[in-house]
Amino acid sequence: MTHTFQQKAFKPGEGADGPETESPQPDFIKVKDFNFFYDSTVQVLFDLNLDIPRQKVTAFIGPSGCGKSTLLRNINRMNDLIDGIRHEGDITIDGHSIFDPHLEVISLRKRIGMVFQKSNPFPKSIYENIVYSLRVAGRNKRSELDEVVERSLRGAALWDEVKDRLKESAFGLSGGQMQRLCIARAIANRPEILLMDEPCSALDPIATGKIEDLIHELKKEYTIVIVTHNMQQAARVSDRTAFFYLGKLIEYDRTEDIFMNPKNPQTEAYVSGRFG
Amino acid sequence: MKAKTAFGKNIKPVGEIWVWVTGVGLAMGLFMILFLLGVIVWNGLNYFWPKRIAQIELAEDGRTEFRGERELFGIVTMRRSLTVGNLSPDDIDLVDLAREDPDYMREMMVYTGNRDVFATQNFAFLNMGDIERVTHPEELMVLERMEWGDAIARPLELRLGTGETIPADDPEFDRTLRRKVNEVRERRSTIQSIERRQMGRINTRINREDLEIRYLRSLDERTPAQEAELERRLARVDELREELQPLELRSQILRAQQREHSLAFELVGGIERVQPLGDIVNFHLPNQMNLFQRAGWFFFKIWEFLTDYPREANTEGGIFPALFGTFVMTVLMSLAVTPFGVLAAVYLREYAKQGPLVSAVRISINNLAGVPAIVFGVFGLGFFIHEVGAVIDQVFYPRMVAINTPVFGTGGILWASLTLALMTVPVVIVATEEALAAVSRGVREGSLACGASKWQTIQRLVLPASSPGILTGLILAMARGAGEVAPLLLVGVMALAPSLPIDGMFPFIHLDRKFMHLGFHIYIVALQSPDTEATKPLVFASTLVLILLVVVLNLGAILIRNHLRKKLMSSAF
Repeated sequence: MTHTFQQKAFKPGEGADGPETESPQPDFIKVKDFNFFYDSTVQVLFDLNLDIPRQKVTAFIGPSGCGKSTLLRNINRMNDLIDGIRHEGDITIDGHSIFDPHLEVISLRKRIGMVFQKSNPFPKSIYENIVYSLRVAGRNKRSELDEVVERSLRGAALWDEVKDRLKESAFGLSGGQMQRLCIARAIANRPEILLMDEPCSALDPIATGKIEDLIHELKKEYTIVIVTHNMQQAARVSDRTAFFYLGKLIEYDRTEDIFMNPKNPQTEAYVSGRFG
Repeated sequence: MKAKTAFGKNIKPVGEIWVWVTGVGLAMGLFMILFLLGVIVWNGLNYFWPKRIAQIELAEDGRTEFRGERELFGIVTMRRSLTVGNLSPDDIDLVDLAREDPDYMREMMVYTGNRDVFATQNFAFLNMGDIERVTHPEELMVLERMEWGDAIARPLELRLGTGETIPADDPEFDRTLRRKVNEVRERRSTIQSIERRQMGRINTRINREDLEIRYLRSLDERTPAQEAELERRLARVDELREELQPLELRSQILRAQQREHSLAFELVGGIERVQPLGDIVNFHLPNQMNLFQRAGWFFFKIWEFLTDYPREANTEGGIFPALFGTFVMTVLMSLAVTPFGVLAAVYLREYAKQGPLVSAVRISINNLAGVPAIVFGVFGLGFFIHEVGAVIDQVFYPRMVAINTPVFGTGGILWASLTLALMTVPVVIVATEEALAAVSRGVREGSLACGASKWQTIQRLVLPASSPGILTGLILAMARGAGEVAPLLLVGVMALAPSLPIDGMFPFIHLDRKFMHLGFHIYIVALQSPDTEATKPLVFASTLVLILLVVVLNLGAILIRNHLRKKLMSSAF
C-alpha cells in the first residue's frame, strides 16, 4: 500500500512546536518498525515508526479498531496479560528497549502511570488508592505517604474536594472525581510517562473540561500519551497528533498541522468528519 | 367476543398461564419447607412445655384396664381414631358399640411414667369408650429421676433425716420439698465437680502412667534406664492414688448425704414407693401451675436441655456434649476448608493456564460435591486414620503403638473435621472461583499499571474484593457439613463420649478425642433407645437445636459477610 508508512515521522530538531515549547528530548519514546500480532497470525499493528517527545502531549486518534489503544498498551506492556501475543520491532524509552529480557516489567510500569477509559478506583479508601503504588513497592512510611497523597491530589486538582474525607471509600466520588483520582493514583509514584486511554469518554463535558485543564498542567512535568476518539479534544490538549487507520500510522505531525493542513487525504477526511 | 380497542383485537399474551404454573411450583416448595419447619418447631418446643396430669377412671365393665386397676395417672399424649381394618378379631365388636357411642372407635395414648414399677412400659393405650371420668387433681406430681425416667405420682410425705415427716397436705410441704431438692441438686453438682473434674484429672494422669507402665511391662527385656522409669512411674501412680483417696472419701460422704431425706409417694392401685431425694433431679406440679409458671418452667427446661449432660443412655437430660461437639467440629472444619479451598481456587482461576486440563479439574471438583457422604467417610477412615494417623502415632507415640492403643490412629474430632472439610471443599472452591472471576478486569489492570505484581494484586485487591463471595461458599459448606452424620460414623463420632474435645486439661484442645454430634445423637435417640415412643419428643427437640445451631453459625457468617461488603463498598479497609 502506498501509505503504509508516510514519511512524516517526526524528525528530531525540526522545532515544529515553536521555540517557547521546545521539548528537551524529542525522541524520548521511540517506536521502531513495530508490528504486533494477536494469536500470532492476526496482525493489528503494521510497521509503526514514531518518536514521542518528552514533556509534550501526544494524541493518538483514529476510528475504532485502528490499533491506537493497542500501541498505547504496548508502551507499558499491559498487553502481556493476553495469551498468544507477539511483536516485531522495538519500543525504546530513553534509549532502553522495553522488551529487554533482563528488564523486570514491574520496574517499567513503575516509570509509567496509566489512566484507563473506565475509571477503576480500587475498593479502598481514597488515601489507600493513591498510596497503592508506593505500598506495593514496600514504601510504608507514614510521613512520606501523607505527603504523596497531598501532592498527587493537588496535582490532579482533587485535593480541595476530598481533603476532608481521605479515609472514605473511593466509590463515594462522582464519575469525574473518580477519574481524577485515577490520575492522582497514576502520578503518585512520580512516573516519567503518563498513558491515558480515552480518559474522558465516560465523562460529561464539565468533568472533561477539568481533566483537559489538568492535562495542560501535567505536561509541564510528564510526558503524556493520550488516546482519544474526540478530535476536538485532541486538538485542544495535544502538541502532536498521530492518526492511525487499520493498524497503520497514516500521519503524524504537529497537532495544528494535522487539523489545519493535513497532508494525507485520509487524515483530512477523518479530521473533517467525513468518515470514521 | 373479544373487546376491540384502539389497537385492534385485545389478544391475551401467549404463555400467561405458565406464570401461574411457576407460581404454584414455588408455593409448593415454600409450603413444604414451612410445613417441615412447623412440625419440628411445634414438636420440639412441645417437649419443654409442662403438661397437665390426668387422673383417668375407667368403666367397671369396660374392656380396658391398667395393670388390673380401673384408674391411672398420666399425661395424655395423643388421641386417635381406630379404623376397622386395624382392629384385632377380638375387638371387632367395638364397631357395634361405636354405633351408640362413637368414642369406642377412638383411642387415647397416655404417658404413665414409672418405668421401674410398670415393667418398663411408659405408655398405656385406652379405649375412649371405656373412660368414665377424667380429672386433674392438684396434688399430682411429676418427679424427674436419675434413673427409670419420670415418676408420675401422688406425694404422701417427706421423710427428713431427723426422723421428722411432713405430710403432703401440710402447707409447708411444697416449699420444704423444693428446698431439699435444691440442696440435693447443689450437692450433686459438687459431687460431679469432685468426680468429673478433680478426680477425673488425677485419673487421666493415672491412665497416662498406666499406659506407659503397660508398655514397659510388655518389653521382654528392660534396660536399667527403663527399669528405673518403670519404678518411677509405679511410684507416681501410687502417689496419685493417694491423692485420690481424700476426694473419694469426700464424694462418698456426700453421696451418703444424698440419701438422707426421702419422699414417699403413691402410684395407682395404692402402690407406695419411697425414693431418696438423691435420686430425684427435679419435680413439678403441673396441675397447679398458672400460665406464667408454665412459661417459666418451659424456659428453664430449654436452658437445662442445652446445658446439661445426657442421662440414661441419652434418653433423658440435656444435649450439651453433642451440641458442643457439633459446634467444635464445624468450626474446625471451617478453619480447614477455607484456606484449602481458597488457595485451590486462586490457583485454578488466577494462575493455571485455562485449557482442557483445567476444565477437567474443574469438572472433577464439581463432581466431588456430588459424591455420597459415606464415601468420604470411608476415605477418612482409610487415609486419615489408617495412614496419616498411623504415621503420626509411629512418630510421636511409638509406645502407644507397641501396646496397641492408638492415639491418632483411631477416630477423633480432627479426622472427622478434615473428612468433612474434604467433603465440602468443592463448595468453597466453586464459590471462590466465581467471586474471583467477578473482580473486574479494570481493577486488576489498574493494579498492574501501578507496578504491582500479580500476587500483590491478588493479595491486596482481588482476595479482599472476593471475601464476601468466599464467605458465601463457607456458609454453604457449613450448612452441609454441620448436619452430615454418615461419614462421621467412620471417623470418630460416639453415642456417649466420656469427655469434651475442649476442656481445662492440658493441652486444652484434644484433637484426638472422640466426640458427640447432634445428628448422630438424634439417630441414636430416635432408633436405638429402649422406648422410641418415649424419646420421640426428645428427637424433635434435638432436631430443633441442630437446625438452630446451623442457623446461628450461618447467621454469624452472614453478618461477617455483610460487614465486609459494607466495608468494601462504603468505607476504608
